[in-house]
Order: sequence, then structure tokens, then C-alpha cells
Amino acid sequence: MLLVKDLHAEIDGKEILRGVNLEVKPGEVHAIMGPNGSGKSTLSMVLAGNPAYTVTSGEVTFRGKNLLDMTPDVRSHEGLFLGFQYPVEIPGVSMVNFMRAAVNAKRKYLGEAPMGATEFLKLMREKRAIVELDNKLASRSVNEGFSGGEKKRNEIFQMAVLEPKLSILDETDSGLDVDALRIVAEGVNKLRTPENSAIVITHYQRLLDYIKPDVIHVLYKGRIVYTGGPELALVIEEKGYDWIKSEVDGRDAIKGEA
Amino acid sequence: MGAIDQYIDLWKEHRNLLDSNAPEALNKLRDAAAESLKEHGLPASKDENYRYTDMEKILSHDYGVNIGRVKISVNPAETFRCDVPMLTTSLFLVVNDAFAETAGCRDVLPDGVEVMSLAAYARINPEFIEKHYGELADIDNPIVALNTLLCQDGVVIRVRKGVKVEPTIQIVNIFQNTAPLMAARRVLIVMEEDSEARVLFCDHTQTADVAFCSVQVVEAFAGKGSRLDYYDLEESSQITSRLSSLWLRQEEGSEVLLDSMTLYNGITRNEFFTKFCGRHARLRMLGMGIEDESRRLDTYSRIAHDVPECNTDELFKYVVDGDAMGAFAGLIYVAEGASKTEAYQSNRNLVGSDTAVMHSKPQLEIYNDDVKCSHGTAIGQLDEKQLFYMMTRGISEDQARLMLKQAFMSDVIDGISLPPLRDRLKLMVERRFAGEKSACSSCPVGCNS
Repeated sequence: MLLVKDLHAEIDGKEILRGVNLEVKPGEVHAIMGPNGSGKSTLSMVLAGNPAYTVTSGEVTFRGKNLLDMTPDVRSHEGLFLGFQYPVEIPGVSMVNFMRAAVNAKRKYLGEAPMGATEFLKLMREKRAIVELDNKLASRSVNEGFSGGEKKRNEIFQMAVLEPKLSILDETDSGLDVDALRIVAEGVNKLRTPENSAIVITHYQRLLDYIKPDVIHVLYKGRIVYTGGPELALVIEEKGYDWIKSEVDGRDAIKGEA
Repeated sequence: MGAIDQYIDLWKEHRNLLDSNAPEALNKLRDAAAESLKEHGLPASKDENYRYTDMEKILSHDYGVNIGRVKISVNPAETFRCDVPMLTTSLFLVVNDAFAETAGCRDVLPDGVEVMSLAAYARINPEFIEKHYGELADIDNPIVALNTLLCQDGVVIRVRKGVKVEPTIQIVNIFQNTAPLMAARRVLIVMEEDSEARVLFCDHTQTADVAFCSVQVVEAFAGKGSRLDYYDLEESSQITSRLSSLWLRQEEGSEVLLDSMTLYNGITRNEFFTKFCGRHARLRMLGMGIEDESRRLDTYSRIAHDVPECNTDELFKYVVDGDAMGAFAGLIYVAEGASKTEAYQSNRNLVGSDTAVMHSKPQLEIYNDDVKCSHGTAIGQLDEKQLFYMMTRGISEDQARLMLKQAFMSDVIDGISLPPLRDRLKLMVERRFAGEKSACSSCPVGCNS
């Protein structure tokens, strides 16, 4: 599904990703954890194609194609989805128009005719139910005036509509109360299939109680420094990141890189 | 010799012909107009209020003026429906500066509303025109002076006391000629006490390869308790120049909406001078300018609060792309006695290219402490975060830009009180941003295309 090889990326001349290696196979759920400032969000932004970041070296292959060559919209058409940590408000653009544009852009890419109004509304209704998103939000501007929980549910709603092959969920749990967290996580689980994969970026073990990962990675200083099974989350919850930090910093000191 | 001299000479040479084709009320003011032009000339580029409109350059062009009132017909006038087709609209045409009627245009209008040729009305009711013609417009304003010097016709809209006009009165100004032409048209709107009307003016150029210059003056009187919605939509060719000066007086309790929309144009200067003469009057001013290629739009507004307890809310938005230039200068003046004034002014602009330029000058001049006033301006680009967010959902960059520009204009469009016009405008703006050469798809005339 996704193969990341020695990925380096920078923003404003500052290197954030310093050689990320990652492989996600179909059907797998990977969790990426790590302390603040380790590059988790940067990794998600680079994979989604945010032009503010520059990839300086490395390769990313997504379903056999070179992901880094694609513009963000093409990445979406090819099946990549990013759930934002901070969903962007777009005053003046209604949710309905926004989703219609997204759905029809993908259909155009796939050589299909635009979706009819009735079919589209039915699709919206169906997908809204997955995350218990209020019908009233549909006529409002994208994310404008949405509560924190509504914004995150809206991300999962969009994911449900676009049916991605690989979803990257960037701190979808941040700012959510327990009920909202459950709804969001259940939404993600409902959308899980044996073919689709997900990368869940999170600080806390909490989300992983709901979304069970197959693999957990720890990102630190722009590299994946630790990979383990689901049990790794529990260790981190208990011991924090300090033990990993000191281990890695110690290794770097020996190599003279710190 | 300045550019204005050719028009003064034209008047001197043909004043008899000019006067013979126009009513006395209009002729009376020509000497004063000529004096004003001779004395002041045209505003120089260093004149603060005309910095971004080179009147000298615009008027140095050799435009003809239809002094002999040669009839220029528009085809097919009967089917012309402009771009804002509304079944309830009562449609009138002004061909260059001559008033023309379409079949059935009066059928939907109630008694107590007159929509007529200015010249014709001046012959029927000379006292009325003599009273109001030039009553508000300052003869020392260069656009007013030039218009007054050459004006022979235009439109009168008079709504009698207590009459509420349900259908929108639509006036389509069409430029049509085989040679470059200047049209000095005059509009007089008199809303008597407690009357209500909505008026929509649409400017079109029917012959896109001929240069036109419109020199327009609008005088509008909003009587006590009256309500006027005034929409002005410009869709002219790139070689059209438009110099427009609107003068408004509002009496007690009147409510006026002035909405200026420039979708397609060449060089445009729109001026608004408004003043409150009675308490509890409200003015809402909306403006929208979409400028690309080498188009220019310069807006000036002066809103005078001379009496207490009046309310102004002004919002102008521009999207400037390509090599275009936009300018906005707005002054809200609050006199010493104008307590409890509420006045808000906002100008927000999107600049889409490195070569596009936007000038903005919001101004408040307040001589009273007991007021609520604000003014603000912003010039910026499209939000990169919003663009990226939309693209991650599969929306192409071009489409995302288009949607964001459209969204930017949404509060101006939503301020339109008339639902069919609002919906229509939404569509027209969308098409405009999508880069369609002309938005007049519904129109059989096909001007602009």
C-alpha cells in the first residue's frame, strides 16, 4: 500500500523529517506515536502533499505509484486521505458544495459522470449517519462555527464519503471528550475493510483502546526509532517517552550525530 | 489645450442644436457647467481624490456625442432580457443616452409610479425637473459638470407618496454605435414619502469593438419613510470607460440600499455622495468589483452624517487579478451635531497576482463624541491553508481558487434583498470567476461575446 524510504523533508529551511522508513500493507492499521515536535504532523502533511514542506530526499510509493509526483488532489483521487489535526474553516463555502465538488472531482478523475442530485443527497445522508453528524451542519460553511468534536466528526464523515484506500488520521483524538472520541473511533472502525489501511497519529494510548493498531511506531527527531506491536502503546502510557529518548540520544551521541 | 476643451468647444459650436433637442430645465444649467469646467479643468493626477483615474486620458479620446439625436436602434430590443431575467421585472432600455421602452414594460407597474424619459418628463412637468435637476449634484464636480454640459436625456423614476412598487424596475443601458461615442445620461429618482421601490440598472456594451464613454449622473431623493433599493450592475467591454457620479439625499426614517457591482468593465470610476437630512435614516452600501486583465475600477464614496441617529453600513469587496487595478476611497463624515450616529465602513480585497494592484483608503472624520463608528481595510491573498485543505479532498487547485473567490464575495451577494437577483448574481459571479468571457449566456443579443 505505502512504502516510505529514507524520507527527508524540511519547512522554511529547517529539516524536520530525517530519514523516515515505513511500510504499510493492505488492511493494516499503523499507529505513529511520539513526543511533541518529533515530526508526526509533518509526516502526515508531506504524505498529503502540503506545498509548504519540501521533500529533500527519499521516496514514497503509494499503490505502486510515485506519490511525491502527485498534487494533493491527485493523491486524494488515488485513494489517500488526511484527517486534519486542525480542520480548516472555509467561510462562504457550504459543506454541500464542498462535498459535491470533492465527489465529482474524483468521478471526473475516474472518467465517471457527475453524480446526480438525488444520489448525492442519499450518499450524504448515509455517510452522515456513520458519525452521527447533524443534518444542519450540511448547509453551514465548511467547519465554520463547528465545535471541536463536530470538526473531527466532519473529518471522518468526509473520509466516509471519499472511501480512501489509506487514511492518515492526524491526532483525531485531540480535543475530544470521551463520547466524541467513541463516535469518531467507531466511525473509523465501521469504515475498516480487509483491503484498506490506516495510519493513526496520536499522543495517547486512549484512542488505541478503540482503534486497534497492528503496528506501533515511535517517531522521534524526524525518524522512526522504535517499532513494535500493540503492547508498545501500553509501555509508553506507563513509562512515557523518556526511555526511548535517552536510548536514541545515547545512540546518536556514540555516532556523533546529536 | 486639455482634453476637456474639445467638449467645451463642441458645446459652444453646437449649443443651439443641443438646446433645441433638449428641454429648458436641462439647458439652463449648461452655462454654469461650462464655467465650472473652464475654471477647474479636469482633476490632475496629483488630485488626491482622482489619483487612480486619469480623466485627462479618458476624455482625450475622440468620442462623438449624439447632439443631433440621431436615432440608433437596438436589435433585438424586444427580446433583450439582459442577464438578470426576472419575470416580474419591468424592463426599460436606455440606448446610449436615449430612453426607449419595451413592449409591456408598464403593464406590471402600479399607478403612482412614473418611469419615463427625462426629456419627455421635463416637457410634461417642467417645474418638477427644474426643482430636482442639479439639486443634489455639485456642478463643481468634474463628472457632474461634463454631464450637465452635454446631457439631453436620461431617466426619471418617480414613486408617489405611499406607493409600493412590487416588481423590480429594470433599466438596461446599452451602448451601441459604429463609431466611438460618449453618452451623458442623467438619472433622477424621486421617492416620495413612504414609497417603496427596487431599481436595477444594468450597463451593457452591444458593440464590443467600439470605444464608449459613459458620463453618468444619478440624483436620488429618498423621502421621509421611503425605501429604495438601488442596484447597479456593470457588464461592459474592456474598451468602455464609465464615469459615474451618484448623489443621494435621505430624509427621516428612509432606508436605502446602494449596491454597486462591477463584473466586466474597462475603466470605471464610480462616485457616491450621500447625505442624511432627517433622523433614523439608514443606508446600506454594498460594492463588488471583479477585475482582471487590464481593467480598472476606482470607487469613491463620501457619506455625510449631518443629523443625529442615522446609520450607515458600508462594505466593498474587490478581487483583483492579472494586471488590473482596483481603488477604494471612502469617507464617512460625522458632523458636530450628529449624535448617536452609527457608521461602519469596511473594504476587503483579494489580490491574485504579482502585477495586480489594489489601493485602499478608508476614512472617518468625526466631530461628535457620542457615536459608534468603525472603518477597516484588508488586502490579502487566498488562504494557502484553505487551498490545501480543499485539494486534499480531491478538489483541483483551479476549482478551489474559484470556490474561495466566490466564497469571498458571498457576504456582498447575500446582502442583496431580492432573492432572484441574489441567486442570479451568485451564478454570474461563479461564471465570472470561472473565466467565462461573458456571463450573458441567457441573453440573445450576445454583446460582450
